[in-house]
Amino acid sequence: MQPFSGLALLLRGLTGQKGWRPQWRNAEPKKSYDALIIGGGGHGLGAAYYLAAEHGFTNIAVLEKGWIGGGNTGRNTTIIRSNYLFDESAALYDHAVKMWGDLSQVLNYNVMFSPRGVMMLAHTVHDMQVFKRHVYANRASGVDNEWLTPEEAKAFCPPLNIGDIRYPVIGAALQRRGGTARHDAVAWGYARAADALGVDIIENCEVTGILKDPSGRVAGVETTRGTIHAPRIGVSAAGNTSVVMKLAGVHLPLESYPLQALVSEPVKPCFPCVVMSNTIHAYISQSDKGELVIGAGTDAYTSYTQRGGLHITSHALEAICELFPMFRRMKMLRSWGGIVDVTPDRSPIIGKTPVPGLYVNCGWGTGGFKATPGSAHVFAWTIARDEPHPINAPFTLERFRDGNLIDEAAAAAVAH
Amino acid sequence: MIEGLRTGHGGQVDRGRPVHFQFDGRRYQGFAGDTLASALLANGVHLMGRSFKYHRPRGLLAAGPEEPNALVTVRRDAARVTPNLRATQVEIYEGLVAESQNRWPSLRFDVGAINDFFSPFIPAGFYYKTFMWPRRAWYSLYEPRIRAAAGLGTAPTLPDPDRYANRFAHCDVLVVGAGPAGLAAATAAAQAGARVILADEQAQAGGSLLSDAAGSSALIEGRPATQWLTQALAALTSNPRVTVLTRTTAFGYFPHNLVALSERITDHLATPSPDAPRERQWQVRAREVVIGAGAIERPLVFSGNDRPGILLAGAARTFLNRYGVLPGTRAVLVTADDAAYQAALDLQDAGVFIACIADTRAAGAAGERARAAGIPVLNDACVLATQGRRRVNAIELARRTDGGLAERQTQPCDLVLMSGGFTPSVHLHSQSRGKLDWSEALQVFLPGASPERCRSAGACRGVFGLEAAVGDGSAAGAAAARDALDPRRSGVDPGGAAGRASAQVAPAPAQSAGFSGALPVNGRVRGRAFVDWQNDVTSKDLALALREGFRSIEHVKRYTTTGMATDQGKTSNLNALGIVASALKRTPPQVGLTTFRMPYTPVTFGSFAGLQRGELFDPVRRTPMYDWAAARGAVFEDVGLWKRARYFPRSGEDMHAAVNRECRAARSGCGIFDASTLGKIEVVGPDAVTFMNRLYVNAWNSLAVGRCRYGILTRDDGFIYDDGVVARISDQVFHVTTTTGGAPRVLAMMEDYLQTEWNELKVWLTSTTEQWAVIAVQGPKARAVLEGLVDVDLAPAAFPHMSVARGHILGVPMRLFRVSFTGELGYEVNVPADFGRAVWEAIYERGQAHGMTPYGTEAMHVLRAEKGYIIVGQDTDGTVTPEDAGLSWAVGKSKPDYVGKRSLARPAMSAPERRQLVGLTTRDGAVVLEEGAQVLAQSGAPVPTRPLGFVTSSYFSANLGRSIAMGLVSGGRARTGQTLYVPTEHGEVAVEVTGTVFLDPKGERING
Amino acid sequence: MLLINCPYCGERPEPEFVYGGQAHIARPAQPAGVEAQDWADYLYRRDNVRGVHAERWRHTRGCGRFFNALRDTTTDHFLATYKVGEPRPAAGGTR
Repeated sequence: MQPFSGLALLLRGLTGQKGWRPQWRNAEPKKSYDALIIGGGGHGLGAAYYLAAEHGFTNIAVLEKGWIGGGNTGRNTTIIRSNYLFDESAALYDHAVKMWGDLSQVLNYNVMFSPRGVMMLAHTVHDMQVFKRHVYANRASGVDNEWLTPEEAKAFCPPLNIGDIRYPVIGAALQRRGGTARHDAVAWGYARAADALGVDIIENCEVTGILKDPSGRVAGVETTRGTIHAPRIGVSAAGNTSVVMKLAGVHLPLESYPLQALVSEPVKPCFPCVVMSNTIHAYISQSDKGELVIGAGTDAYTSYTQRGGLHITSHALEAICELFPMFRRMKMLRSWGGIVDVTPDRSPIIGKTPVPGLYVNCGWGTGGFKATPGSAHVFAWTIARDEPHPINAPFTLERFRDGNLIDEAAAAAVAH
Repeated sequence: MIEGLRTGHGGQVDRGRPVHFQFDGRRYQGFAGDTLASALLANGVHLMGRSFKYHRPRGLLAAGPEEPNALVTVRRDAARVTPNLRATQVEIYEGLVAESQNRWPSLRFDVGAINDFFSPFIPAGFYYKTFMWPRRAWYSLYEPRIRAAAGLGTAPTLPDPDRYANRFAHCDVLVVGAGPAGLAAATAAAQAGARVILADEQAQAGGSLLSDAAGSSALIEGRPATQWLTQALAALTSNPRVTVLTRTTAFGYFPHNLVALSERITDHLATPSPDAPRERQWQVRAREVVIGAGAIERPLVFSGNDRPGILLAGAARTFLNRYGVLPGTRAVLVTADDAAYQAALDLQDAGVFIACIADTRAAGAAGERARAAGIPVLNDACVLATQGRRRVNAIELARRTDGGLAERQTQPCDLVLMSGGFTPSVHLHSQSRGKLDWSEALQVFLPGASPERCRSAGACRGVFGLEAAVGDGSAAGAAAARDALDPRRSGVDPGGAAGRASAQVAPAPAQSAGFSGALPVNGRVRGRAFVDWQNDVTSKDLALALREGFRSIEHVKRYTTTGMATDQGKTSNLNALGIVASALKRTPPQVGLTTFRMPYTPVTFGSFAGLQRGELFDPVRRTPMYDWAAARGAVFEDVGLWKRARYFPRSGEDMHAAVNRECRAARSGCGIFDASTLGKIEVVGPDAVTFMNRLYVNAWNSLAVGRCRYGILTRDDGFIYDDGVVARISDQVFHVTTTTGGAPRVLAMMEDYLQTEWNELKVWLTSTTEQWAVIAVQGPKARAVLEGLVDVDLAPAAFPHMSVARGHILGVPMRLFRVSFTGELGYEVNVPADFGRAVWEAIYERGQAHGMTPYGTEAMHVLRAEKGYIIVGQDTDGTVTPEDAGLSWAVGKSKPDYVGKRSLARPAMSAPERRQLVGLTTRDGAVVLEEGAQVLAQSGAPVPTRPLGFVTSSYFSANLGRSIAMGLVSGGRARTGQTLYVPTEHGEVAVEVTGTVFLDPKGERING
Repeated sequence: MLLINCPYCGERPEPEFVYGGQAHIARPAQPAGVEAQDWADYLYRRDNVRGVHAERWRHTRGCGRFFNALRDTTTDHFLATYKVGEPRPAAGGTR
């Protein structure tokens, strides 16, 4: 791997930046591998990297039907946080947050992790009860999270309008270690690092069938670029996971919904942190480039179109304009949609499947990006050892049969 | 204005109406009808901006929405600040104040331009390769500096005082673009009887016709083009079935033929009416859509192509003919397309000296015309370089030959026109999820089949030339009207659109295909050839991305940021594609385009939000007693959409003092509480009891008429979904109450099971939440207050706890419940909502003799917690079963089934470590735990630790003189009597696990 | 914002409706006797079809009726809407 550094840029700058080689090879699929990862997003590429770097699996390939990082990895609002309610969730996400801290150095690729603080707004007494529960639960788990008064919230994020609105801000939960990162760089950084360890990254290669041996164990895949044999297959295909897993006869408790996001035109720094309001559906931060990055809610219906309704976008901007009335004159520059795969308890499934040798990492809903390094890390462990890492052990498929749900959504449910 | 830069006549500006404005603090004059761009050009100002990365001096590239360079901030007042506006679309008005952006200290001298000297070391994606050491420096040094350097304009800092409006509209045919094709389409559709909306982004309809020279000889349908335009427009605007919208951009295409338009109403006015909205966002549901979006001229990619004074040939022609501005005095045209010759000829006619036309192609007919006009033409031309700092002053040209370069020449000039041909604007078509087909003849993508009911017409589908575009538009408009008015169709029915035959004429072959990519130069290229002006992406950056293995066009775009600036690649995408395709030795369609997404041009956030602000952000629901409470100074809280009185402070009282007083009053005398927000559902029918049996966990057969029962609803996953008192009004009528927030979802769940699972049941469901006002009268004196007001016998034997009766209160029909959420003797008086306030006041007046005190939701919470009554959503969270909540007594265990029963039989539902609701009392009764605090088994447990549970409800109880709390604790009921530990902000608090009933454990008061 | 053809009221915009998830999932008649995995499938397993999807909508802010629809999840275009209890129309088929 050609090392990346300021010095390298300087030296190659003298010769017109001509000396750079591909960050990952344009690999041709081989007949067989020791393991395959289906899905070239951050989770899949990361899993391949950790399989190679930590488990000695170097004869492996990542199969991507389009271009790597082209799914939800490149279509999210890049929010990173770990202040989840249940111990199992907080442990999983915090595993990731800890890895984000030095991911740039580990990968030798600047993923621009920016721990700017993630502030979640409370607008009702019920919100306050729920967020304080989060704060105290997180602290017991060793995850930073603190309660702010409305005035403290405004001091942390000066553009915030705390008073003169339909649902005034009555407090906020702040995770200072939370923040954002550069999404594309995560995919490319993992791809480059994995490639350097021998991993084949195969783009434009859609899986059309999953092969099993007579014992029922996975044996390989059919793809648009031919048959590839492998005794272990990890599926990490986000919104398309249901479709891929059906090829192996495995039905999952997943539904795929459109999730939209948008950016404003770039402006000089005006927004110091990440602000989320689950109650009125507003998610906002400012990117390194200066764009306000805004997340909307999901549409009501399942869809694979990667687009959603205008009324969903409008609703998100209504909320933004309420909370930040000076941004009403800002302009939407670009919008896009992703396909998020949602489980009944809004927690992911990471683990073994009924088919031996077939592993799945899915169901991240709207929260997959933040978990990328941690999820990839435990998924690689699961594939390499054929058993879950203690962190992902609770996130089984069987929990839906047995009733051991990790219900982040229900736990925050609005009621009274 | 500088004399000589304006033509004497012609164009759309009104020379009789001078307009004064400021740019970067200097005062200038233009004319009504000018854009900021044309007015600045008329004043000799070419330097209008700085680029994003290298801070290179930039002038105008274009004259329309594709302009990447001339971005300005318009400052109407301190709050009305709008950054990143394209000067080419800002109409000037008297007093306009505009500023350049992304420069310090001034546009002419910009310190940031030092980046340009370091450009060899900061190529595309450089930031991914560096700034990683030392690790802390990224956070403290590099990132803040990168952020400070990024961004263009400055965001407004004060709340925007302007209003934004929304409108929904339906029409038969929506025509996007009022150029020749669009006008013809709208005319044809209107003539066929269709309801038409015609939208155009410019201030005037006319499109490319506005850029024709005043004396143009162009004819449409046998008439001079200008006359045709006037007549067509007059016919459309006078037709009541046609709506013509100018300054209105169709920016988004959504499924089922929904097109979003952004209409700008006041930005061009010096003194807008305070009543007018600034913008209006339209959502148009059209039976048929005709897109006449035109085409955008492509720049040429050559070394030094970004200096001020180098602009698109068509833009120069627009500035000349539409605005009467001479963009230079001595010009060179570099072109790969015939159409641009007209610009040179028009400029020459206006007195601009055309030094040379450099045509990248071999000699052709267009060149002959130019030569005939006395303009030297250099064929097989290439551009070696340009010169000039803040404005171009020379261009170095040569002719490509097999042996190298010939006829090298340096042409002094203050204006370079360029044209690489035209790129059809397929944005909206692509947004409709329409396919894009590559045209070999035109070397561009053209609209293919769309799954929506839309057509493209004119230049946006490669039909160039006035006569052809008009004919194409006319045919498209007529076909759209025919399809829209077809009596056999229903609605927009987009599913039927795919695969239908097109009524359109075949695209006429253009004169030439132009050129996309980097202009070939034999020999060494000095300097940089820009592809994306605003983001400073050069052909070398694209080459670097390819060298580094980024082969997908999406990767190239993201790595180099080409096409990601505020113009979204309108001038750059096809050139970038040409360069990538050529380097990969593939055809452009093999490489493919990046996806077009809304918006076509940037759209104001406020126009999406519209009037949904403040009170209108969400509907506000108020009870009939709201005004009464407000008049008494009640503090309200938001619960769902409702505003509920939280407490009624007297002067000098804080919330705690008020709540303590209210709680004491309810237990010592009597309290009055507005419970109107409780959800109410009337379940009626011969099968009502069967329905209730199947749905709720309780057994309902045994509930006698006139009696009430506490009901629990679980979903089929077994977790508590809602609760509330259910009264049996008659054999076939149940009055079901729900939580305040739960009413809609409970009704939806009931309807779901009734309509889709048990539709054999004869049951009807009606929401009566807003029909009944509910007045809770609670406390030892409650009976004394109500006696005499009601015609129901309130004697305990006649009307015991959990009774319901129909009767009257002061002559008003009433359903009277004897129920209690306080543990006191209590009644809930249900009266028709319109009588709510009057009955409330009458009860309150009668109650004064008994010390009646109004109490709010906060006191209600304390009173119910003293009795261990749960609140769904606070003491439960969607993972709690009836057993967990200590409510298994309510479950009808002998019923064969109810919604949730099967799930409750799963092993995990009866695991001993499940969290169960218990009471928690602090050793020190003055300490009130915080709700949400975690409960630990060990004192001083080190972090991380796994809590046993958490505090769900916690209050200071004035009646008990100490704090009380409930919590969900793992294996909680078996821990009764144990000491557990709650870490708080102020240290650890020891708590004892108790039952959940803190007051009157025998329940005697309720029967009082 | 989709345009949805309520079989009782005709075409109305999406905000009048509430999505009801996959259609034709019948609640077991005797839940007590259902095996654990089958019960979990009833509760949670969804086909999540990429293609023609049979789904439920309720015209909540209209007639209040539930009905079924066939929608292509790759285009969001409806192929048919039909009343509860009616069989799934032949149009489409899963891809």
